[in-house]
Amino acid sequence: MIITFVEHDGGRADRSSLEALTFARRLASGLGDSLGAVLFGPEAAAAAAGLGAYGVTEAHLVDDSRLDAYAPAAWGRSLAGLVGTTSPAIVLAAGTDRGQEVLAYAAAMLDTPMAANCIEVRPGEPFEVTRQRWGGSLLEEARLDGAVRFLTIAEHATQPEEAVAPSTVRVAAFSPTLSEADLRVRVVARVAPEVGKVSLADARVVVGGGRGVGGAEAFSELEELAGLLHGAVGVSRVVTSAGWRPHSQQVGQTGTRIAPDIYIACGISGAIQHIVGCKAAKTILAINTDREAPIMSRAAYAVIGDLHSVVPALSAEIRRRQAS
Amino acid sequence: MNVLVCVKRVPETGGRVTLSSDAREIDTRYLGFTVSPHEECATEEAVRLIEANGGSSTVLTLGPEAASDQLRAAMAIGIDRAILLETDGQDWDPVSTSVAIVDAIRAEAAAGVSYDLLLFGNEAADSGDFQVAIRVALALGLPCINGVKSLAVKDGVATARREAGGGWEVFEVPLPAVLAVREGINLPRYPSVPGRLRAKKKEIERSVPVARLVGAMGPAAGPEKIRLRLPAETEGRVEILGTGAEAAPAVVDLLERIGVLAR
Repeated sequence: MIITFVEHDGGRADRSSLEALTFARRLASGLGDSLGAVLFGPEAAAAAAGLGAYGVTEAHLVDDSRLDAYAPAAWGRSLAGLVGTTSPAIVLAAGTDRGQEVLAYAAAMLDTPMAANCIEVRPGEPFEVTRQRWGGSLLEEARLDGAVRFLTIAEHATQPEEAVAPSTVRVAAFSPTLSEADLRVRVVARVAPEVGKVSLADARVVVGGGRGVGGAEAFSELEELAGLLHGAVGVSRVVTSAGWRPHSQQVGQTGTRIAPDIYIACGISGAIQHIVGCKAAKTILAINTDREAPIMSRAAYAVIGDLHSVVPALSAEIRRRQAS
Repeated sequence: MNVLVCVKRVPETGGRVTLSSDAREIDTRYLGFTVSPHEECATEEAVRLIEANGGSSTVLTLGPEAASDQLRAAMAIGIDRAILLETDGQDWDPVSTSVAIVDAIRAEAAAGVSYDLLLFGNEAADSGDFQVAIRVALALGLPCINGVKSLAVKDGVATARREAGGGWEVFEVPLPAVLAVREGINLPRYPSVPGRLRAKKKEIERSVPVARLVGAMGPAAGPEKIRLRLPAETEGRVEILGTGAEAAPAVVDLLERIGVLAR
């Protein structure tokens, strides 16, 4: 069996977990193996019920109220325990914060390696993976050992796709054995996102600003455009290092990975570290004075010109059409 | 308070990456070296913690002799001591790396140096393994928080926040603890000239770690790198929609076409 760690919210699996499940199902079908899932939290049963569409035949619900709040080591211990009782060949998760974390704990507890952010798996002996380095600007082919193979799947590398024939999900409760030490680290409070704020990671439109914006004040032009398009503002590392904008708006290897319908990159030259954060955008439009900037080879569309005249003109044109 | 910060020397890849002829490494002939932005911030955080609480900070790296440069860069902004676990320059996998770091921390403890906080970057810029801090914490029996973007230490308790779904998750752990931090937790300072000069004169403590053999008998290590390759380029030809403000109607037509223009 292949076990996938499934994250969920409001009784539905997260998109990145559906990507991982799609990846896992293809792997399982190639191996003639079955697909299982493990879920935590009070809404696990509701989320598990929807996984038949993705070919899951067995869902393990970790049943322990101490784990309702996220507790990385304890979730990892539970997964390690489940591995002990179900002996899967492969355990995988989406390459999210929690996916990386829970798998790393479980793998470490079982003294087994883990490969992060894989995009291909070649099962067999040796068992090989292709994984992302440098946020995906470089790939590594690697051998992965272990009685159980632990790996995470790079986000945005697989399109979620339902199985041709949905399966019936058999649900089983799993009671983990936890120590006090496992429970030391847990979420003690949550701060909700600002109401009405479009999250950068989920925005359909991102208006990006780089060095070319020239200073903190000029971001009001980008904010205006983003607001008109119900989108979010994203920035390059130069901008946060200069203190023009907060780090929470940084797009790139050490910031947020975005996947909007369109990324409007204004005054951004396109360093690799930035590109890996925005390459999942369906369309990139570059606004730049430099026709030779590296971003141009990544963009589908471009406007050559100073963003300080182009961006306000875009906002004015949108207003004009919305009014008509 | 004693703080240890672990960093990794990586090439500074600005533009296009090229590979060595055996495809095992990045061709670094024309590149400078640095540490991950996450680790720059971890180093800055260590300096700030010692400035606020007193005590001593130590930077540790596993890497070749040339990684002394990155250790000196950390000392130039105020880290007190530096430890180099010297390798022949080959990449170490995350399991072997964490074992070597644990051995070094145990050797420190045997010599009477114990740490209240072990700081890491959330993931190394190059290999992106997302696990070394967790493996070190488990081996040492310490709590670990990943993805930390805000930290307060008071009365032997670390309160750390990390971004989650547009909001924040808050964790609290007693010290000693392991924290893997992210860029954005602070804005690292630039080294001063006197700082650089002081760092240049400082001693770097060295030892040679023992590698955990991949594929040998006993517990597995890895993943074991076979080769690197560049992703397939998806570069197409860019369509120029126009020049300057006159391009606005063409751009808005595009926005309408892809369905993001709210009416």
